[in-house]
Amino acid sequence: MNSTAMDILLVEDNPDHAELTRSALKKGGTHRVVWVKDGQEALDFLHRQGPWASHTGESPSVILLDIGLPKVNGHEVLGSVKSNERLRCIPVIMLSTSGDPDDVARCYEAGANSYVIKALDFADFVGRVKAIKDYWVNTNVVPEACEGASA
Amino acid sequence: MGQSRMNILLIEDNPDHAELTLKALENGDLTSRIHWVKDGEEALDFLHHRGRFADPTAAPRPCLILLDFKLPKVDGHEVLQEIKGDRTLRSIPVVMLTNADRGEEIAASYRAGANSVVTKPIGFPEFVERIRTVEGYWLRTSRLPEA
Repeated sequence: MNSTAMDILLVEDNPDHAELTRSALKKGGTHRVVWVKDGQEALDFLHRQGPWASHTGESPSVILLDIGLPKVNGHEVLGSVKSNERLRCIPVIMLSTSGDPDDVARCYEAGANSYVIKALDFADFVGRVKAIKDYWVNTNVVPEACEGASA
Repeated sequence: MGQSRMNILLIEDNPDHAELTLKALENGDLTSRIHWVKDGEEALDFLHHRGRFADPTAAPRPCLILLDFKLPKVDGHEVLQEIKGDRTLRSIPVVMLTNADRGEEIAASYRAGANSVVTKPIGFPEFVERIRTVEGYWLRTSRLPEA
């Protein structure tokens, strides 16, 4: 298993949310958390372009993606990940403040792996991030490579 | 969360695994109802309200599907492809259950649109524990689409 060394990509423009999420993700694990602040930076990191052109590390094993992002929003980043042969196997967990059923359905229809509502309460917020980490790092499995011979 | 009773569809041909899964889920959240079908053909009948599931009340739309990879008649991968290729069904999260840590099976599942892939542990207590973890995450942490 490669779960101990996995990279988590956190795409979050709100610095308070990012700080809380990062510390909850890092607790009790050796995985690396890469934080980018907007959708354009997320695309640069994932597609190894712009400031990340020389990045040679592996793709992240899981992506936590805020929906309301500047420049390029979460829906567009999701679409880019799920239409890319190399990236589409990476689980994408959408983070949102909206519980609107239409928003939830729209994300699942576009290929989001999971949809989590950011809790307003501090303890609940941290608890939910820990639950995300426990599931996607310790329980869910991801392939070493996404491209395959069979369709 | 204020959600009405949540229907979970379990598609599993191995009766021991099905029984353990049902047991694990029963002891967990009472707000969910589990529907068990034994092969891929039955699963598609359930989802499309065909055959013995023609009455929609006998086969309510699930908000979560647990799908064994290897199934008789229509296998799990085909069921997954059918669900994710159907405009009305594709928003339902599908958790694939695989017997072992098999890379190609896992990658093929994600390519076909699986929301998550989880391996089935060999030991009974570990198996029950894993199913409870899956249930806990999907029913309490993740928001599911409405029925």
